[in-house]
Amino acid sequence: MQAVHSPSDAERKTWLSLLAKADAAQLADCVAHFNDTAFDWLRQPEIGSVMVRGRAGGTGAAFNLGELTITRCALRLTGSEAVGYGHVQGRDKTHARNAALVDALMQTAHADDVMAHVLTPLQRTQDAKAKARAEKAAATKVEFFTMVRGED
Amino acid sequence: MYVAVKGGEKAIDNAHSWLAEERRGDVAVPDLTVDQIREQMALAVHRVMAEGSLYDPDLAALAIKQARGDLIEAIFLIRAYRTTLPRLGHSRPIETDDMACDRRISATFKDLPGGQVLGPTFDYTHRLLDFKLAAEGEALADTAPIAPVDQAPMPRVTEFLNRDGLIQTEQASDATPPDMTRAPMAYPAGRPLRLQALSRGDEGFLLGMAYSSQRGYARNHPFVGELRIGKVPVSMEIPELGFDIEIGEITVTECETVNQFAGSKTEPAQFTRGYGLVFGQTERKAISMALVDRALRWQELGEDNVGAPAQDEEFVISHSDNIQATGFLEHIKLPHYVDFQSELELVRRMRLAAGADEVKEAAE
Repeated sequence: MQAVHSPSDAERKTWLSLLAKADAAQLADCVAHFNDTAFDWLRQPEIGSVMVRGRAGGTGAAFNLGELTITRCALRLTGSEAVGYGHVQGRDKTHARNAALVDALMQTAHADDVMAHVLTPLQRTQDAKAKARAEKAAATKVEFFTMVRGED
Repeated sequence: MYVAVKGGEKAIDNAHSWLAEERRGDVAVPDLTVDQIREQMALAVHRVMAEGSLYDPDLAALAIKQARGDLIEAIFLIRAYRTTLPRLGHSRPIETDDMACDRRISATFKDLPGGQVLGPTFDYTHRLLDFKLAAEGEALADTAPIAPVDQAPMPRVTEFLNRDGLIQTEQASDATPPDMTRAPMAYPAGRPLRLQALSRGDEGFLLGMAYSSQRGYARNHPFVGELRIGKVPVSMEIPELGFDIEIGEITVTECETVNQFAGSKTEPAQFTRGYGLVFGQTERKAISMALVDRALRWQELGEDNVGAPAQDEEFVISHSDNIQATGFLEHIKLPHYVDFQSELELVRRMRLAAGADEVKEAAE
């Protein structure tokens, strides 16, 4: 399996970001179709933390807010140049492995297939979840009226 | 001073077995799952993440279960676990402008662009116990109403005040901020380090400090310019790739206060600001943080030190950490037999000496 498709950084960033935030169970279901893909570990899944930063006043000097758990790994498809990276939120090693596998497969002739069976459904789920919350928030949008006091 | 003691292993083992049994409670009542705690005790989970300074809802829920609901004990468990994790890097500063807001309110502008969104709030509830929740087989409540989403942006209140120069500007900087988890605290700490400490500080302590500043101890007259709660993506540069990706998404609460002016002969009067940013849906904590942040800025803003506790950086920061405080406070219950023995002997000797003096005086 040769690396035939070299994605742009922007394309790759989009799917890696999607995979990082995806529901691990849904990703596992979607990836099941590609589970017999042979690969070698370049870096076994490893759990660690990332220090999340904020800005004073939202726009000022950076400060350390607190840490976030993530799991990362790297793999290479057997007999291929395609290297996949997984960096996912939380401590689920299978989630990281599946993310890296998808990243690698997206650089092969399977890209369209992976897009259709994995990335598109994940994106749809993520959009639907965000929309459902946004719609509930929209229903709580208020208009405040300042009351005029009785006396003149 | 605490002196190490030996023995008691059997009693300790038995105490821990009993603790496990008590934690489980009546076995006729179903076991509480970590998922149930994460989903249904979400605000407790958020507090443990914020003060444990580690964003991981599953771990926080597990810690609450293990700690029998003692949140400070749960925070202790999270802090201890955190130290075992290798640090894989740091994120870009999160962009709260891009927040997917569940809630966004302003107490300063009625008709702000983007509107006021209440979100899932306790505000305006009557604080009456709802006995329906105690009923067996609680029926699923009606799903929350929905409305079409307005795509209008929600600009920062402080930013549109700033357009007219009416509020002090925050100087943007990407300088590497100091990290209290990597280096011991030193004072003066400076604002970035203070904000880190406040964000993981004890909610009760910060609430008390903020309240004291409202009641007149470092009066700084705050308005909540804006309060937002929602999800923001967390981006990080991945060295192997050479570009940023989003590695996750977190819920945070942000509070910006607009406070009374600073001005001088050379500069026109201007509003000043306080800032709170906390993991999770943690509104009381974020507002408290903003008030305390503002009170601690007295020097930078050329205000008088009125000697209020909330203005004393070292006092606030060194007493805001509930794990540090618990450690020192609770250690006094551990065996101090040798220490106490020496004091006992001292007091006996003093009494003996005083008694001898009295006998001497009586004889004279």
